[in-house]
Amino acid sequence: MGEHLDSMLSLRGLTRRFGGLTAVDAIDLDLAKGELISIIGPNGAGKTTLFNLVTGLDRPDAGTVRFEGQDITGLSPERLAAEGIARTFQLGRVFGNLSVMDNVLIGAHTRLRAVKPAVPVIGPLLELGLALLRPSSVKAEEERLREEVKAILARFGERLLPRIDQPAYSLSYANRRRVEIARALALKPRLLLLDEPTAGMNPTETAEMQALVAELKAKGLTILLIEHKLEMVMRLSDRVIVMDEGKKIAEGRGEEVRSDPKVIEAYLGHGLTGTAEQESAA
Amino acid sequence: MSSWLDYTINGLIVGNVYALVAVGLALIFGVSRLINFAQGSIYLVGAYIGWVAVVQLHTPLPLTIIVVAAAAALVGLIIERFGLRPLQNSVRIAPLLATIGISFVLDQLVMLTFSPNPRALPSQLPDVRFQLGGGTIGPLDLLIAGVGITSALLLFVFLRYSKLGWAVRAASQDRDAAMQMGVDVNRVNQAVFGIAAALGGVSGMLVGMYYNQIDTAMSLQATLKGVVAEVVGGAGNVPGAVIGSLLLGLVESYGVAVFGTSYRNLFAFLLLVVVLVLRPNGLFASARQAPPEPLTGTFIAPSRPVRIPRWALAVAAAGFAILPLFPVSFYVLQTLINAWLLGMLALSLTLVAGTIGQVSLGHAALLAIGAYTSALLSLALSVPVGLAVIGGGLMSAALGTLLISPSFRLRGHYVSIATLAIGEIVSLVILNWESVTRGPIGISGIPPLSLFGYDLISPSSVYWFSLAVIVVLALLQGRLLTSHLGRSFRAIRDDDIAARAYGLSLNRYKSLAFIFGGFAAGVSGGIAAHLYSYINHETFNTQQSILALTVVILGGLGNVVGAIVGSVALVGLPEVFRIAAEYRILIYGIVLLLLVRFRPQGLLGTI
Ligand SMILES: Nc1ncnc2c1ncn2[C@@H]1O[C@H](COP(=O)(O)OP(=O)(O)OP(=O)(O)O)[C@@H](O)[C@H]1O
Ligand SMILES: [Mg+2]
Repeated sequence: MGEHLDSMLSLRGLTRRFGGLTAVDAIDLDLAKGELISIIGPNGAGKTTLFNLVTGLDRPDAGTVRFEGQDITGLSPERLAAEGIARTFQLGRVFGNLSVMDNVLIGAHTRLRAVKPAVPVIGPLLELGLALLRPSSVKAEEERLREEVKAILARFGERLLPRIDQPAYSLSYANRRRVEIARALALKPRLLLLDEPTAGMNPTETAEMQALVAELKAKGLTILLIEHKLEMVMRLSDRVIVMDEGKKIAEGRGEEVRSDPKVIEAYLGHGLTGTAEQESAA
Repeated sequence: MSSWLDYTINGLIVGNVYALVAVGLALIFGVSRLINFAQGSIYLVGAYIGWVAVVQLHTPLPLTIIVVAAAAALVGLIIERFGLRPLQNSVRIAPLLATIGISFVLDQLVMLTFSPNPRALPSQLPDVRFQLGGGTIGPLDLLIAGVGITSALLLFVFLRYSKLGWAVRAASQDRDAAMQMGVDVNRVNQAVFGIAAALGGVSGMLVGMYYNQIDTAMSLQATLKGVVAEVVGGAGNVPGAVIGSLLLGLVESYGVAVFGTSYRNLFAFLLLVVVLVLRPNGLFASARQAPPEPLTGTFIAPSRPVRIPRWALAVAAAGFAILPLFPVSFYVLQTLINAWLLGMLALSLTLVAGTIGQVSLGHAALLAIGAYTSALLSLALSVPVGLAVIGGGLMSAALGTLLISPSFRLRGHYVSIATLAIGEIVSLVILNWESVTRGPIGISGIPPLSLFGYDLISPSSVYWFSLAVIVVLALLQGRLLTSHLGRSFRAIRDDDIAARAYGLSLNRYKSLAFIFGGFAAGVSGGIAAHLYSYINHETFNTQQSILALTVVILGGLGNVVGAIVGSVALVGLPEVFRIAAEYRILIYGIVLLLLVRFRPQGLLGTI
């Protein structure tokens, strides 16, 4: 396993069972720094569950997760966020009553100086004190982060900037997805996990999102992407992993995977999911 | 030896009664993911209908049972149809608040109709006891066991073999799938509310007969016990609820045997807190099951808060500050002092329930902790009153947060149950810890408010003092809300999963919210103690918790100005309209229901 050493994320035998169902079944995966791997597979294949295991929202029944050489299996999501792992959610989880600005600022939460001291009792009380007294260093930090948020939002052109003070619940579906990505970028992630970032988007919006992900990749960000739109997967990915019923059934470069009979059968076996159909039609 | 058998029999009989309540709760939770806080009120209604039937109409026992079951079922159907069905598509906090409101309205209606004085409810059964092994058992025990077993059998047959029962089971397995398969969810809801209410009502009647006494305090107790049993068995799990109830009955009975009657409830609530912390999905669920609450969906109503300009707030504050300079009556000042004290509690609750989304139903416990601390500091240790009040606030912040911390892993309804239980535990500890709290006698002769050696006796000085305190607390809270902490609290409320994924530790921020909120509530309790000069374990009760909750909903969740406006409105308006004291709680309950239905974001909007 030469790859293992310089890989940013490596999964070994990762398994998660729900009752009788094995949602993620002994998955191995190595993601090198700067690489973009896509995970595809029919509905219910276990892709989101795999993300949950990597980001600490769920614990595996077996197997390990290593991030930059450290064993992070079973660590809490808040710890992993502090380590630089950011994700977006398939169904969209923006903070509905927070403004766009505040949503993205939450992304920068782990970088705030006030939250750094990890001493129990004293740390939180200091944080409360800083929030109430607000010395000039705290104000300056907040100001700097606000500028940074505006710069991140500017990547989405005029989609979000004019709505910066609006509550997230008032945004369109596509804009909420963008807010989620902006929030993830505000964390300054070392590893970014995107769960179907283009779900529910029209072709123009999808193309914009694809360009954005390409740009992030070009800047050297390490990305794990779940996506049903094969066109986008083929263009962006260094490698593709195909999952079905929890198992990894194929792995390789886009074209190789696409023509793999096992992959075609997995999609056919599930009666061609709606999204896969749209792709082949497109 | 024989007495142990007696305690076991007693535990099982009482457990049977709890089971009748808990099974209803489990059915309702199963199909609508809702903990029906009004279940105890139906139990109360059942007890009083039983009293009317037995004492006034002299019905024979079998007919009494049928009358009670039918009348209670009708109440259940009305609650479902008019209280909850209109809220089907609203935010998750709405039905929770609605059942709380309904429970208060029902309790008050019973109290107004029958007076709060206890009544005797004779059982109509011969007063004999049979020897059973080393213990004894009476006909009423057999009746309760018989009703329990018969109901369980009927329920089993209904769920197993009838079409509607099948629909109930389908809906509780997977509501969406059941709807797609054509299950009529409204009919299912009607069925479970009807059945739950019938069982609850009969249970109330049986308990009344068992102790030969009924009174309006039964309601809250029954809700709490039923919920404890249900949660112990695993929310939504009907057989689990039965086993949880029997277990609760036994734990209480043995606890009473060893420590005495006044500890009965303490055991029940400790059992609840232990189960919630160790196995939040109940004793029989696998510990790693997905949480029973939906993971997505909004908890509070989206809204845009009404922005009040700063100068307007400053003018209003100045207006209130100069009020005592005008010839206003003592009565007006007294009313406003009450509003300021309630306002401090509401500030605390609006932060905890509104800003960070932990709907606490035991908030009065924080008042009690502050009040006792301040009173004891000034009496026993001769601490100056001003410092003692601050000490009360700090103690409330520290102790309150520590007590609530087991509930930090919980969400939604579970937080409300846990806080309700913790509130009861505090009041029971105050009652039983005589060496410190002086137990049921209470604390008298608490010195009046004083500041820098000057006693604040005159109404206007007390008025200024409490106004100043609430203004300072409100300014601090406003500052907190505009900091990164306010943002973090609100993010946790809106979506705790996403918040954790971005590094927000729930324990840390919920603790900070309770510390900050606990301080305000403790200060309010401390000031109250020095104003009243006498307090006991009942001075700060659930009614105040509910009143504060109504204020918070009225003003808008998380809204600082709203909390104060709401307090002035709910304290002031009943005075303006000269509403008699006994109708007030009823009106608060109705106001809560109307708000939830028609203006869930409150007057000034959620922040
Ligand atoms: N908390 C849970 N409890 C029980 N089963 C679950 C849970 N989460 C996921 N599952 C099951 O695990 C399987 C994998 O689900 P997952 O959401 O990971 O699939 P997916 O590949 O992301 O599908 P999709 O493309 O539809 O998003 C599904 O059968 C799902 O029903
Ligand atoms: Mg998925």
